[in-house]
Amino acid sequence: MTTPTETRGDAAPAKATGRPRADAQAGREADGKIVHRLDQHIVEIVSDSGEGAQTCGKIFGTVSARMGNGVWTVEIIPAEIEPPARSPAGASGNRIRLGSREVTNWGDYTNLVIAFNEQVLLARHRAGALAPDATILLEDMWKRHDDPDILDQWSAAMEELGSADYRIIPVPMEKECLEVVDDARRGKNMFALGVLSAIYGRDRELLEGAIARRFAKKDDEITRRNVELLDRGMRWAEGHLDFQIEVPPTSDASAKVVMNGNQAIALGAIAAGLELASMYPITPASSVSHYLAEIFQDYGGILHQAEDEIAAAGVAIGASFSGKTAFTITSGPGMALKTEFLGLAIMTETPLVVVDVQRGGPSTGLPTRVEQSDLLAALFGQPGDAPHVVLAPATIEECFHSMVLARRIAETFRTVVIVLSDANLATGVQPFPRPEPRAEWQGSPPDQGAVPDGARPYEWDPRTGLSTRFIPGQEGGQFTATGLAHDEESHVAYDPQVNQRSSRARSRKLAVLQSTLTPPPIYGEGSGDLLVVGWGSTKGAIEEAVERARAEGLSVSSTHLTFLSPLPPGLTEMFGRFGRVMTVEINYSDEPDDPFITPENRRRGQLAWLLRAQTLVDVDCWTRVMAEPLRPGSIHEVIRDRLAVTGGVA
Amino acid sequence: MSTATCSLLRMSVEEDRSFELDDYAGPVARWCPGCGDHSVLAASQRLLREEQLAPEKTVFVSGIGCSGRFPHHLGTYGFHGIHGRALPLATGVKLHRPDLNVFAVMGDGDCASIGAGHWVHAVRYNTDMVALMLDNHIYGLTKKQTSPTTPQGYRTNTQPHGSFLPSLNPLTATLGITNASFVAQTAEWIPQHLQATLRAAYRHRGFAFVRVLQRCPHYTLSMFIDAVRDPDKIELLVHEDGVQVDGLEKIYEHVRPHDPSDLDFARRLAEEDSDPEHPIRLGVFFRDPSRAVYDVIRRVPSRSAGEKVELLNRELDRHAI
Repeated sequence: MTTPTETRGDAAPAKATGRPRADAQAGREADGKIVHRLDQHIVEIVSDSGEGAQTCGKIFGTVSARMGNGVWTVEIIPAEIEPPARSPAGASGNRIRLGSREVTNWGDYTNLVIAFNEQVLLARHRAGALAPDATILLEDMWKRHDDPDILDQWSAAMEELGSADYRIIPVPMEKECLEVVDDARRGKNMFALGVLSAIYGRDRELLEGAIARRFAKKDDEITRRNVELLDRGMRWAEGHLDFQIEVPPTSDASAKVVMNGNQAIALGAIAAGLELASMYPITPASSVSHYLAEIFQDYGGILHQAEDEIAAAGVAIGASFSGKTAFTITSGPGMALKTEFLGLAIMTETPLVVVDVQRGGPSTGLPTRVEQSDLLAALFGQPGDAPHVVLAPATIEECFHSMVLARRIAETFRTVVIVLSDANLATGVQPFPRPEPRAEWQGSPPDQGAVPDGARPYEWDPRTGLSTRFIPGQEGGQFTATGLAHDEESHVAYDPQVNQRSSRARSRKLAVLQSTLTPPPIYGEGSGDLLVVGWGSTKGAIEEAVERARAEGLSVSSTHLTFLSPLPPGLTEMFGRFGRVMTVEINYSDEPDDPFITPENRRRGQLAWLLRAQTLVDVDCWTRVMAEPLRPGSIHEVIRDRLAVTGGVA
Repeated sequence: MSTATCSLLRMSVEEDRSFELDDYAGPVARWCPGCGDHSVLAASQRLLREEQLAPEKTVFVSGIGCSGRFPHHLGTYGFHGIHGRALPLATGVKLHRPDLNVFAVMGDGDCASIGAGHWVHAVRYNTDMVALMLDNHIYGLTKKQTSPTTPQGYRTNTQPHGSFLPSLNPLTATLGITNASFVAQTAEWIPQHLQATLRAAYRHRGFAFVRVLQRCPHYTLSMFIDAVRDPDKIELLVHEDGVQVDGLEKIYEHVRPHDPSDLDFARRLAEEDSDPEHPIRLGVFFRDPSRAVYDVIRRVPSRSAGEKVELLNRELDRHAI
């Protein structure tokens, strides 16, 4: 078999073997190919925007999930809709981590890449996304291109890429695709899907089904041609590559669904009985509304696109006031605009669910990238004393269930519940146990019975601060909700005692909610040298890092907080059982040894800040804002560093 | 508002309940004596009685300012919101509960300044509600600052040498918005006209925008003094599809028949309303009941919890692996 291969652009031909990772089982031969059997592998497909790498990646991820692999998919998204072709900033695609058990996070570095040109590959190289020994399948048409500028770019790129120990395998994508279609740009993604599917042994029937579904709205000829391209890619890989990668499926046969976090939020909202969503377009939250716009009306729901972020909050609050709890969906900049309305909902004790899909900030920041920097703003961003609930799903599955929880809490406690998701969950795709929706999650229709004689709209229970909400339509319940300080009858308060009493009632509700919570579970031992505390989408990466460190014999555990307001009980006692406590977060914090930084002026991670204030424990932190999720490997290194273990990570 | 819905409502209510003015009364209003708000409140209560609207099925939403207190003095449900944002709240109420009668009450700063964005879009949504702009040409509660409708040259605490710019004309602004369906102007010192205008607005199906000219006894009392004293300063727009008050033309002799379906002419009449030399025009400038009504377009059949669970299971199956 002739195997066109090259390393560092100009190297002598070598054997086109994929590089096994250190954790691979010894390769075995099958049909003359070396088969690397691995318990996890990260593959990515990257192209210019518009070349369909995302479609390819999505189908590959879905088929892998259907075949029983653990999967975590991340989108590689350029900031622009159609950036210039062949530019590093325009790299677009999907990054799929496959596992032989549940995959809870995006993992460390990419092991295998298929790239449609050397410039988008460079982007991934420069981003530090690729493992040093990654296998790269690269479209080779550019090195024979007529345009001398492109030839120069190719040579320069090969030289730059040569600094790493990549194995680069040229793939004649254009040439192969032109055998099937006239415009290869429209076909390379399916050819690439075929190449990857041959390497990873993906099921041909499932692939064909997924392609048919993807192009269901187009004519059959389109599907037929895409399947032909797929087959061509598979045949090419079988004929030209002499390795295969096998990531065995999980043994878990329970029913699962696969979707991204924003889809999970949309379905969770429906499962929670929410019937009105009000939003204004903002990245990375908008796709929640795209999904709702398609299906919400079938459930009696209304998706309202308001004229601005403020109105989106107002419409949701107006709807909640008049009946079932409504919700609004946004991201950081939108949260800032909604601030005054959140205060109104809290003051009038109007239930409201607010989803903040966090992105990098401040200001416009990094619109498509993950960050966990809205925590303190979500907690304390409203002027005046505005106690409310903040919770953060840690997984895509929790994105679904947190909506059910949020609606229930909002109604029971007559308050605002902020759900903090982030760009990592929003665009990550993962299989998870299929939720079993229940009728009782839908909540009751608004009470329209007459209110009892003498009942008042804010009949604050002196112990719990709770009161029963009156809803328009209820005879005898007429009152005017107001953002002004008000008494039990909702009359404007002129007596200063009223403000103290009503503030107490609103605050007490959080303590009552906290009394129903249990301490968060600990991953690892209940005591030890180090406890890592996280919140939100970092859970999978933190636990994988802790697992690796514990496998080395390190005394480290982790815990993950779903409730940020109120915090769950028992944290002070829990922290006391560990020598050190630190948070790991995707927000900015000062490094303790940086110039001018002292223990007194050090700005810590946002959860660390909160935990120190609430527990008086000297909680340390490690945070990064690198516009990407945290890697378990990086967290593992930090754990070793904090426990003063010398030597590199195995 | 939809007359069909209203008559249905009335039928069910009339069986065993009839409402008197007292049913619509809330705690005594605390506006200054002579404030135009008192007059609008009284007219609103008379409207509610006249239409026999169940107090529990009626919601008055307001923003901030003197007008913000409006719902507090009614016996209906109310939502006293935040500055400039009555319209989003009212839109939310009506979208989720089309069975409720919704009124939004705003001041001039509330509607045309801090809430101007919502105003434009609420007019375009054309959600079925009555929107009252209580326009006294000044910020009263915060003590005499310039509002968008303060006349040029008028001295205020923020522009003590006189308001810099020509005032904004809320009528032309509203009439310029696509899908506007009802635009009227009335004055608080002519209770019969105010009453008739509120009735026409309520009976209109869609977003009925009513600008109510009114005096602030502290800060703009002089502004309408001539119009209050001299009926010649007023011109009534009359039409069978607009506002006609029997006997009113005996006092106000300037009467102009105006068909409210004529948008071009309505715009011209409204434009001239900016001219201080011109009489103040009261009546319905424009009305088109055929325009798209947002809450009607968006109405969806409700589903039982069981139906939703069944649909949701089907949807989850689409994501199943």
